[in-house]
Amino acid sequence: MGQTINGVLRRHGLILAFLVFLGGVAFNAPSFLTPGNILDVLRQVSITGVMALGVTFVVLTGRLDLSVGSLLTLLTVIVVDQHNFAGPFPAIVMTLLAGLAVGAVNGLLVGFIGLNALIVTLAMLSFLQGLVLFYSGGANVNVANAQETWFAVFGRGDFLGIPVPVILFLVAAIIAGLVLQFTSFGRRVYGVGGNETASIFSGIDARWTVFWTYVVSGFTTGLAAIIMGSRVMGAQNTIGQGYELTVLAGVILGGTSLLGGSGSIWRTVIGISMLGFIQNGLLLLGFPYYVQWLVTWAVIIIAVWIDLGAKRGRIFA
Amino acid sequence: MSSVTDRRTGSPLHNLLNLLLRNHIWVFLALTVVVFSLASPYFLTINNVGNILTQGAFIGILAIGMTMVMIDGEIDLSVGAILALASALAIGLQDHMGVWPAVFLGLMSGAALGFVNGTLVALSGMHSFIVTLGGLIGIRGLVFVYSGENALMVQDFSYTEIPEIYLGPISLTAILFFVLALFFQWVLSSTRHGRETYAVGDNIEAAHDAGINVKRHKIINFTICGTLAAICGILLSMRLGTAEPNAGKIWELWTIIAVVLGGTRLQGGFGSMWMTIGGVLTLAVLRNGLRLLNTPNYVELMVMGGVLVLALALDKLLNHKEDR
Repeated sequence: MGQTINGVLRRHGLILAFLVFLGGVAFNAPSFLTPGNILDVLRQVSITGVMALGVTFVVLTGRLDLSVGSLLTLLTVIVVDQHNFAGPFPAIVMTLLAGLAVGAVNGLLVGFIGLNALIVTLAMLSFLQGLVLFYSGGANVNVANAQETWFAVFGRGDFLGIPVPVILFLVAAIIAGLVLQFTSFGRRVYGVGGNETASIFSGIDARWTVFWTYVVSGFTTGLAAIIMGSRVMGAQNTIGQGYELTVLAGVILGGTSLLGGSGSIWRTVIGISMLGFIQNGLLLLGFPYYVQWLVTWAVIIIAVWIDLGAKRGRIFA
Repeated sequence: MSSVTDRRTGSPLHNLLNLLLRNHIWVFLALTVVVFSLASPYFLTINNVGNILTQGAFIGILAIGMTMVMIDGEIDLSVGAILALASALAIGLQDHMGVWPAVFLGLMSGAALGFVNGTLVALSGMHSFIVTLGGLIGIRGLVFVYSGENALMVQDFSYTEIPEIYLGPISLTAILFFVLALFFQWVLSSTRHGRETYAVGDNIEAAHDAGINVKRHKIINFTICGTLAAICGILLSMRLGTAEPNAGKIWELWTIIAVVLGGTRLQGGFGSMWMTIGGVLTLAVLRNGLRLLNTPNYVELMVMGGVLVLALALDKLLNHKEDR
C-alpha cells in the first residue's frame, strides 16, 4: 500500500502539487476557477502551447529548437503582410510553407550534417531576426481591414462558446499525441531520443527522424503565427522575442527530458497550462506582475528536481 | 588531439598548416580585419580599434566566465539577467550607501546568484541548461521587482567618469577584459583548478574517481561566471550612467556565440581563453566593420548566423580529420 502511494506520488506528484495550487488560489480568488477565466487562460497559452507541441518532438529526440521565437516573429510578419497583399488564404499557405522550409533547414543542419542543435538553432534565431528586419524594413505591419476579414476567426473567434485558438490548440495536441503514440514515426522519435546508436542499429534512419521533428516544429510555429497574427491583427519586429524560452520552460515543466526519449504531448499540454494558470493565479491574488517570473523560476527548479529525484530514487545527486 | 598532430611532425609546412588549423579563429579574425581595412578607410584607425576593443570587452568579460563553465561541460544562460541585476543594484543603492559599497553589493549579488546556480546544478544533478534557464526568467523578475519598469539614473555623474581612463586608445574596460582573460588563462593552464576543469568536462566520472570534488568544483566555476557577469553589469552601468531593467537581454546568446566561435566545445573538456579572446574579437570586428560599411542592421544578424554555422561545420570537419 505504502508502495503504491509512493508510486502515485512519484508519477503524478507534480500534478497533485498543481491541483493544491489551483485549490489554494480558488479559495482566495473566487473568480479563478470560473469557466470564463479558465477559457481566458487557455486562450492565453494557446500560442505558446501550439509551438510547444512541435518543440516536444524535437526535445524527444534529445535536440533543442531555440529558433521558434524568431520564427514566430517572421511568420507573424509574413502572415499579416501577405494578408494585405495577397489575401487571407494565400497568406496562410505561405506562412505554413515558410515554417516548413525553416524547419527543413534546421533539420538538414542538425539531422544530416550533424551539427550541434543548440548552436544551429541559435544561429537560426539570429539569422531569422535579420530576415524579419529585412522583410519588414523595420516597420510594424498591420492588417488593413481588421474588422471585416474572416482571418479574424483564428485568434478572435468563438465556436460553441469556446475560443477558436483553444480548439486549435487542443485539436493539434490530440493529433500530435496520436502521431507520437500510434505511428511508426512517433516510435522512431522515442527510439532516437532514447538511444540513438541502438536505434540506428535497429534500422531507424535517425537523420530523417531528426529532420522531420524540426519540420514539425516549423509547422506548429506557423500555426501559432496564424493565431498570433489573427489575434493581434498586426506584428511588431520583436513580437516573438523570448517565446523560445517560455515554450522550452513549459516543455521542461511538463517533465519531458532534455536528454530525449522520455516525455509526451499531454505532459507538454500540462506544463504549458501550468505556466498559464500560475501567472493568472498570481495576478488574481494581487501580486505584482513580475513576481510570476520568480515563481516560474522556483516551479521549474522544484518540478524538474522532484521528477529527477523520483527517477533516481534519492533527492541529491 | 595533440597526440595525433604530434605524429605528423614532418615538414615545416605541415607544422605551420596544423598550427593554423588549430587556431582557425585567429586566421579568420585576420582575414576579416584585412577585408574591412580594404573596404573602409575608417576601420584600421587607432580610434576605431580602441572602440572595437571597448565594444567587445562587455561580451568578452561574460565570455570568460562562460568559457570556464563550458569547459566543465555546463552552460550558463542567466548571465544577461545577472548583469542587469548587478547594474541596477550598483546604481540604485548609491543614494543610500555611497558608490563603492553599492558596487561591492552589485558584485556580491552576481557571486551569490552564480553560487546558487552552481549549487542547484551540483546538488540536484539537473542539467545546467534547465537550472540557468529558470534563472534567466527568475533573475530578470528580480530586476523588475527591484527597479520597477523604469531605468535607474545615476545622480552623481562622477560615477560615469570611473571607466574613462585610457591607456593610449585602450579603455579601462578593455584593459580589464584582457587582464581577466589572461588571469583565467593562467588559471586554466597552470593551476590545479584549471586542470580539474578540463578533467571534469572531459569525463566527469573519471574525474570523480580520481578524487576531484566535482560538486565543489562546479560551484566554484558557476560562482566565477556569476561574478564576471556582475563585473560586466557594473562596467555597463558606469558607461551608460543608467541601469535599464532590460539591459543585457539575449546577451547570453551573443556570449555563447562568441565562445563557440572561438572553438570551445559545448560538450566540455576542450577550449581556452585564447580561443575565446579570438571569438570575442571576431564578433566585435564583424559588428563594427559591418556598421562602418553602412550595412543595415539585418545584415549583421544574418552574417552572424551564417558565420556561426560555418564555424561549427569547420570545427566538425577538422575534428573528423583528427579522429581518423
